[in-house]
Amino acid sequence: MTGTAEIQVRGLHKSFGDNEVLKGIDLEIGRGEVVCVIGPSGSGKSTLLRCVNLLEEPTKGQVFVGGTELTDPDVDIDAVRRRIGMVFQQFNLFPHLTVTENLTLPQRRVLRRGKAEAAKVAAENLERVGLTEKAGAYPASLSGGQQQRVAIARSLSMGPEVMLFDEPTSALDPELVGDVLAVMRMLANEGMTMMVVTHEMTFAREVADRVVFMDGGVIVEDGVPAQVIGNPSHERTRHFLSRLLDPAMADVEEEISDQNGGDSD
Amino acid sequence: MADTDVRLQPRKKGLTRRQKRSLSRGAQYVVFVGAVIAFAVSADWDRLKNQFAQWDIAKEMFPDVITLALKNTVLYTLSGFAFGLVLGMVIALMRLSSVGPYRWFAGVYIEIFRGLPALLIFIFIGVAVPLAFPGTEIPGGTYGKVALALGLVAAAYMAETIRAGIQAVPKGQMEAARSLGFSPARAMVSIIIPQAFRIILPPLTNELVLLFKDSSLVLFLGVTLEERELSKYGRDLASQTANSTPILVAGLCYLLVTIPLGFVVRRMEAKAQEAVR
Repeated sequence: MTGTAEIQVRGLHKSFGDNEVLKGIDLEIGRGEVVCVIGPSGSGKSTLLRCVNLLEEPTKGQVFVGGTELTDPDVDIDAVRRRIGMVFQQFNLFPHLTVTENLTLPQRRVLRRGKAEAAKVAAENLERVGLTEKAGAYPASLSGGQQQRVAIARSLSMGPEVMLFDEPTSALDPELVGDVLAVMRMLANEGMTMMVVTHEMTFAREVADRVVFMDGGVIVEDGVPAQVIGNPSHERTRHFLSRLLDPAMADVEEEISDQNGGDSD
Repeated sequence: MADTDVRLQPRKKGLTRRQKRSLSRGAQYVVFVGAVIAFAVSADWDRLKNQFAQWDIAKEMFPDVITLALKNTVLYTLSGFAFGLVLGMVIALMRLSSVGPYRWFAGVYIEIFRGLPALLIFIFIGVAVPLAFPGTEIPGGTYGKVALALGLVAAAYMAETIRAGIQAVPKGQMEAARSLGFSPARAMVSIIIPQAFRIILPPLTNELVLLFKDSSLVLFLGVTLEERELSKYGRDLASQTANSTPILVAGLCYLLVTIPLGFVVRRMEAKAQEAVR
């Protein structure tokens, strides 16, 4: 596995001021592997994902993608990011551009592709996410699910080797989640290397090759879905899963001080 | 039921809430109408008309007031606006820069040029610059000087507007652009600034209206007959004819431009509101 590691994270630390969010993360994701990162809010899972394409600057440690060290100060970060697609919770489509322009502008400005080629790639990717008929629409006129599929198509148009998903369905109405997950499942089947921060346990169980459970800035458990979700070996994982799968049955709890969101100490 | 109970209670003394409200509104109408009538009756309309509304003098002003004076006003305003927009953009980007001295310089610039009356800037450009750099000509003659003076003032205001517009674009837009491989500068130009301008179009148009009026300060630069704009032209004619009608006509010419512009601004604001939803 080490030889074909597409994403490699070594001894990663990240602090915001005094708040240490990531406390030493080591993680490898092989080519074509789909890894879901789960964990309670404030566990550092989104920060970890954002460190992988350096949207957050790690405080300490190394990040490699496709063999290139992103944490090397001399690296051409814009060049490396072209190989890493990123999908955000809030979609972040460019609202002043049509759907097609959202897909073509980055290709033309960043990859210097010609007009015709960019349009062709855009059309192909819109078809893959099933939104060909929305090509001329503006993002504001689309549903959240459609916007997120356009955002995925925009990333795919850059021809990435790796795709990062930061809670891609968390901002969606429940009935729109399925369309986005279907597109992600299609990508996984095509062999895309994917790192997905998500709360969708069904997706994690059925699509992921591995599930990583994070809590308090460390990786608590890392293994195949059947083990981490189906038969977790750590109490913290079990606790998290029980609250997630049946939120109505949870008890009122004391805030835990090592969680990011609280200011309890 | 609850409200029958209330109605069954003995009425308190004095007026009900509704009566009080209509009484207060009626009083406001009376005061307003009274003030208008008092003003209309007490003003000496005949003398006013004599001094400000001489039809013959007004007729004499056409077409020069439009083809020369209004044209020059528009030219001064647009050249000042264009220069101010470019400079304002530079100052705004300096203000947002990660380089400390740039931020510092931009901050000082904005404070100085926003704090000084435009009139002083015009005098400074007209007097101090030729003194300090003898022999240097500001390119474009009077037009260049006006563009410079108006632009220097406008840039300070517009820089703050542009900065606010850039900061109003959600952070996720820059992150999305960077994650697609845009460099910071290219993301700014292709993604952030186009969105910022849609946000600040109404306040920028307002700035245009302000500049339109400030262009009257040109007279402190000393202009030739052909370079006169509305205010100077109106004043000159007023002293020639010993009558103030030209001032009134010049004023109407300003309104001819500023009222439609104001209308456009309100339309754009309404549309922008709609787009946010």
